[in-house]
Amino acid sequence: MQRSIVNSYELRNDFPIFRKKINGKDLVYLDNASTTQKPYTVIDSITDFYSNYNSNIHRAVYQLAEEATNMYEQSREKIANFINARPEEIIFTRNTTESINLIAHSWARLNLKKDDGVAITEIEHHSNIVPWQILSQEIGTRLEYVGIDENGFLDLEHMFELISSKKIKLVSLSHMSNVLGTIVPIERIIRIAHANGIPVIVDGAQSVPHMPVNVKNMDCDFLVFSAHKMLGPTGVGVLYAKKEYLDKMKPFLSGGDMIKEVFKFHTNYNEVPYKFEAGTPNIADVVGFGAAIEYLEKIGMENIRKHEIYLTDYALESMLSLKYVTIYGPRDPKDRGGVISFNIADIHPHDLATIMNDHGIAIRSGHHCAQVLMQRLDVPATSRASFYIYNTKEEIDKFVNAIKEAGRIFKI
Amino acid sequence: MSDDIYREIILDHYRNPRNKGKLENADVTVHDSNPLCGDEIDIHLKVDGGVISDVKFEGKGCAISQASASMLTELVMGKDLKIVKDLKKEEILENIGLTNLGPARIKCALLSLKVLKVGMVKYYSENDPQSADQISSESSLY
Repeated sequence: MQRSIVNSYELRNDFPIFRKKINGKDLVYLDNASTTQKPYTVIDSITDFYSNYNSNIHRAVYQLAEEATNMYEQSREKIANFINARPEEIIFTRNTTESINLIAHSWARLNLKKDDGVAITEIEHHSNIVPWQILSQEIGTRLEYVGIDENGFLDLEHMFELISSKKIKLVSLSHMSNVLGTIVPIERIIRIAHANGIPVIVDGAQSVPHMPVNVKNMDCDFLVFSAHKMLGPTGVGVLYAKKEYLDKMKPFLSGGDMIKEVFKFHTNYNEVPYKFEAGTPNIADVVGFGAAIEYLEKIGMENIRKHEIYLTDYALESMLSLKYVTIYGPRDPKDRGGVISFNIADIHPHDLATIMNDHGIAIRSGHHCAQVLMQRLDVPATSRASFYIYNTKEEIDKFVNAIKEAGRIFKI
Repeated sequence: MSDDIYREIILDHYRNPRNKGKLENADVTVHDSNPLCGDEIDIHLKVDGGVISDVKFEGKGCAISQASASMLTELVMGKDLKIVKDLKKEEILENIGLTNLGPARIKCALLSLKVLKVGMVKYYSENDPQSADQISSESSLY
């Protein structure tokens, strides 16, 4: 097994929350697919903004407002560079869910028509299912699902069959499953979709925080992700879209800041990206997100990916040595992110999570906002451990020991 | 801690639930679920002369919710239906020996009580509408 380049033991000192004790034990935080912890640099940047720069952006001409505007726009540049986009292609939203809703409302609703197919997959989070159901109810589009095989891989044959059937007018899919960890062959899917004239939305909520993502290489038309899953604050999401789409899209929310000129009965909208950022945005948290991006870039996304492959490999090996553990999703860590969904004999995930909590271990239990996938796997719920840069091999040992402890308590 | 929660009796009721299954000719059937966990409970009641002559439950979910439902059916079997309105959550938690649960898991333990209370109110409103309002207002929902 290769070693990790990321020194997670040292990194932990950057995160104040790891000083906290849970039931007298060190916190072992393994719910990173849900949200991540925040380093001092992010927390401090928000305090610094409110202490030294607080003012509203884009309007006032006094120095404070110019400084605040610069900080906000510098974050946009950092995020654009991070995924190799241009700043005007970055729209700030509240979260991934809002970004997908924006696309559904401002692009899909106006460019698709009755009986046009929208293809999604069985691994999608509810945020990439429900907006398309609502669109179907509103304008009569048809929702099509691409299935998965028993190892959690997408049924690519079905995907390509749909894409070339002429019925599909939009593909929207997760780059990495938040339950199975499956990484989908996104470049290939996008290439074939584009060859058939179909735009592709990539849900990068799980991939962007954990591996290098380059929108130019990927050539996706839309990419959505959230700051809080990558060391940043809650309340900030990103919508990347190719400028050619943004230029033609109608506003999502309307009102202040998204306007150029307002007359009594009509309005000329502001230019991209401001056209899509109505009202005072979440300025301080966008600034905090910029600090998170800087922190991640210092470590390097390649290194983060390698660290998670290392941890996932070790965790899978340790867990598979226990006969009563069922693991869902691909076996090879190269095919998956650091997300492991599993069940232990007849122990319900909520009972397991309660036992884990005794040991200071935070894991997720439930349907993970992916009930369609739960139905496909034919389980009511799973337990899920998900890793990030600050997780260590010793923490995986504690986690696996807690599984054994659960086995003892439940007399398995 | 978990050793105090998952005692022998809880595991026994989880793995060998009492009064589990459908009840043919039930007078009342009520379903509810806990959206947080996905725990589900159905309770079927047969009432004769104001007495719970038979009770069965169906459900899926965690050990706490299922064991608690199993023990609740044992508690009320053969009792006057009216006593259901006076059942307090503290009594139920004591009956199943789980008085130290956190707020999230308490909902698992009390789901079956909630379903049973709704079932009682439903029975009276269908069979004895005159006393239904009074029983409903007297009933402590948890």
